[in-house]
Amino acid sequence: MKDYDVIVIGGGPAGLASAESAAKAGAKVVVVEREARLGGILKQCVHDGFGLIRFGEKLAGPEYAERYIDAVRELGIECRTLTFVTAMRKDADGLFTVDCVSRAGTDSIRGRSIVLATGCRERTAKQVLIQGTRPAGVFTAGTAQNFVNLMGKLPAKKCVILGSGDIGLIMARRLTLEGAEVEGVYEVKPEPSGLTRNIHQCLYDFGIPLHLSHTVTRVFGADRLEAVEVCRVDEKMRPVKGTERVVECDALILSVGLIPENELAESLGVKLDPFTKGPACDQTYMTGVEGVYSAGNALNVFDLVDYVSECAAAAGLNAARRAPSGECVPLVRGEGVLSYVPQRIDLKKPVDKVVLFFRAARDMDRARLVIKADGREVWSKKFVYLRPPEMQRVEVDFGAFGLTAGARLELALEEA
Amino acid sequence: MDLKAAAKRVHKIAPEVKVEEVRGCVRLTGELDSWDKIYRAGVAAVTKGSLGVLNDIRLKGFSEKIKTPSLRDEALEGRTPDVLIVGGGITGCAIARELSRLKLDILLVDKANDVGTGASSRNDGCIHPGIDLHKGQAKLHYVLRGNELYPELCRELGCDFERWSQMFMFSTTWERLIIAPLMLLKGKILRIPDMEFVSKKRIKTLEEAPPSWFKGAVRMCSAGVVSPYKVTIALADNAVMNGAEISLNTVVTGMDTERGKDGKTVIAAVHTNRGTVRPRLVINAAGAFSDIVADMAGDRTFTIHPRKGTDLILDKKKAFYALSSFARSYFAPLPKDKREEHAEAVGHTKGGGVMRTVDGNILVGPDAHEQPYREDNSTSLSEVNAIIRKQQVAAEQLTAGDVITYFAGVRAATYEEDFVVRKGIFTSNIIEAAGIQSPGITAAPAIARDIAVWTKEMLGAEEDPSFDPVRPHTPRLASLSPEERAEYIAKNPDYGEIVCRCEEVSKGEIIDALESPLKVCTVDGVKRRVRPGMGRCQGGFCSPLVVRIIAEHEGIAPEDVLKGDEGSRILLGGTKNAEVKR
Repeated sequence: MKDYDVIVIGGGPAGLASAESAAKAGAKVVVVEREARLGGILKQCVHDGFGLIRFGEKLAGPEYAERYIDAVRELGIECRTLTFVTAMRKDADGLFTVDCVSRAGTDSIRGRSIVLATGCRERTAKQVLIQGTRPAGVFTAGTAQNFVNLMGKLPAKKCVILGSGDIGLIMARRLTLEGAEVEGVYEVKPEPSGLTRNIHQCLYDFGIPLHLSHTVTRVFGADRLEAVEVCRVDEKMRPVKGTERVVECDALILSVGLIPENELAESLGVKLDPFTKGPACDQTYMTGVEGVYSAGNALNVFDLVDYVSECAAAAGLNAARRAPSGECVPLVRGEGVLSYVPQRIDLKKPVDKVVLFFRAARDMDRARLVIKADGREVWSKKFVYLRPPEMQRVEVDFGAFGLTAGARLELALEEA
Repeated sequence: MDLKAAAKRVHKIAPEVKVEEVRGCVRLTGELDSWDKIYRAGVAAVTKGSLGVLNDIRLKGFSEKIKTPSLRDEALEGRTPDVLIVGGGITGCAIARELSRLKLDILLVDKANDVGTGASSRNDGCIHPGIDLHKGQAKLHYVLRGNELYPELCRELGCDFERWSQMFMFSTTWERLIIAPLMLLKGKILRIPDMEFVSKKRIKTLEEAPPSWFKGAVRMCSAGVVSPYKVTIALADNAVMNGAEISLNTVVTGMDTERGKDGKTVIAAVHTNRGTVRPRLVINAAGAFSDIVADMAGDRTFTIHPRKGTDLILDKKKAFYALSSFARSYFAPLPKDKREEHAEAVGHTKGGGVMRTVDGNILVGPDAHEQPYREDNSTSLSEVNAIIRKQQVAAEQLTAGDVITYFAGVRAATYEEDFVVRKGIFTSNIIEAAGIQSPGITAAPAIARDIAVWTKEMLGAEEDPSFDPVRPHTPRLASLSPEERAEYIAKNPDYGEIVCRCEEVSKGEIIDALESPLKVCTVDGVKRRVRPGMGRCQGGFCSPLVVRIIAEHEGIAPEDVLKGDEGSRILLGGTKNAEVKR
């Protein structure tokens, strides 16, 4: 059984960034990746726009991944690809055992810290309660993207896209460029879910209509999809009777949300935050289980890979250090905030330069992010415009608030 | 037979319907504009002493486009098998396997691109104890015997079988005091083994999350669960191993009949899209189409009225909802505050409950809806929501968010609500295994046994000493210890390459499925055999990999990989730069 300081589960952007920073801090690191190649979902994201914050330039997904893969290789970090984690546990001595399976057989490795960089999965048609038959031609956007960009195959000739999440928008453009017709993008919410720049660059520039407050309720076709039923929804997102319309198409592509993958985390007893659906963490990205860290989209579904890398690098560094935890002050979710990380501040760990990621619960003009300690406002920052799809990043010096154990911290948004 | 009384009952529902006796059956004709009326007229026509109801009332303006393969060839032309089995559901496959013990030339045809695509893969896999049945029913006879046969059958076929038991739970003291003893007595009369009363104290040792209203239960320890499609496939595989031929994408389009010496009808030829077959004996196991096949053969004494049921599958994380299978006793009304909320749900449904599948998911449902369509397996939001609301009574923590998928199936119900398992009455060379609805999975092995005995008599067949009841199979690797798993991987590294991460399915297991005795190289075929795509991501991550593995293994283009039946292509062509090799 091999021993490591840090075991990183997942070789996507988060796992690679964590591994790099942990190794640079002197730790003996291994990356366990279930796919044959490193890079995670970035491998299939051939569009550009990655790396503006991190590298100050526009990169395609594979290029962005390549930078981290190169760094990991240069540092001589062991990467076990085509290796699947079947189980993991925390032993009595506080170390972790990770059971793996690969073409070489079964193996267990031991580590002082774990970084869970397991990414996220897509919500499916059934999870948004689409009814009807079960034909070929219903894909999540990521699956369609895999077919197009990794296999060079077209899963659609004329499609309807449900959900205006970023992958859906990117796929609308990609399929159009490949000669498929995108009949329209339907979004159940009254506002788009994806980044504004994607709405313009992927839909409007190609004349693809965006139907807000609309959803797909039913699919038709015994073998291959033949049509879908679309319909308007009311303010509670319930289908409005009498507004049904049947749209002929051969594919339905869904971009209806991402769910952080935390089945391994849960098997270790890690508690999840109901709003991010990722582990509830302190400012070092340590979960509720001592020595287990969370990084990337498994922690919180980010909009930009640059943020994924930033907080994953921090998680990797902290995993290498594995500082013991002390008294924690929970950060309570107040008005106007949809979700945020970290969810608690550990007073024994550095509190001066805490990076706080958050999303607003709704579109807001001229809002103020406020931190209150025991009901008293101790910090605030103004924002011109906030939208739920766009993650915000702020740095907060929690050391300035004179926090003590038992304090009550609240994060809220106030509209001007 | 009291035809007058039957006519009176029918005319109360629809006075314009013609009621007559035809060859010992009650036949209804006419045209109505409501399926509900047609259905109720059929139920009203059930008469003691008659052979069955022939409900030929037309539904005004109704037509159903029945899916048939477009394939036309002569692959079966001139075949003269001893036995032609029509229908590759669990009944047909169990019969094929049982008959392959005999020295017989067996041909089974199914119109789909796999076996078990109808009701056999669209049910809960419950191996019933038989408590809801009655003395004198064919169902009871077959369910009790089938239930007994399952453990050995599953050992031979390499399928999972668990006797996780079934509980009928009481919410009131009076049910516990009155219904429970009556049920136990009924069990004794019907000879159902291992029934017992479960107290409030004991339930905690049996269930992790029993309902808060629990006042006691009757537990039937003989109830079990299987994967119904896996059993169907395994039966087919074993039949093929033992020499039976299974012809998929093959639909029976008609029959030529003659008058025999004894005055009975004889099937001379069976027409299919793949040629004309002249079997010595036809076995009708055509499920929702079994009355049509019986009619082609001149042996119809029954009518199928399709009854749709929907089941929901929950994430394995919710496995604690049920360790066995249970339902709330329906004798006591629901608590007042829940009654209205559940009225809609309970109104149209019957039965159903919460159970753990053999693969460790929770299944809730099914419900029951009469419909004129034999092949409409579509789901609807109102049904899915109604099932959730109804079963929230039994599994109190159930939420819509737990659901990973749902499906519907059509039960092949007769108006007599019983199986039609018999030799031909009007036709000498047919055996009917028709009207097999719930609990058909349980009954199938026992039905097959009886039919094998009759076939042996009718055709004078001998035992085949080379029959091998054991279907070799690779165990589910994820369920093995690391050491055992490593041994398999050492022999074949593909067993170490995980393709479906939700269900932990390896490439080696997928290739095994592609090399089964009954070869079905589709994404759904692989999914039903070894589960890639059955987990919480529903194939989001693994489907491109599965398509690739099938294409490589079969030496075909990924565009030619099908999801299921013909016409279910997953990919529609290459991208513009596809020919540029990386």
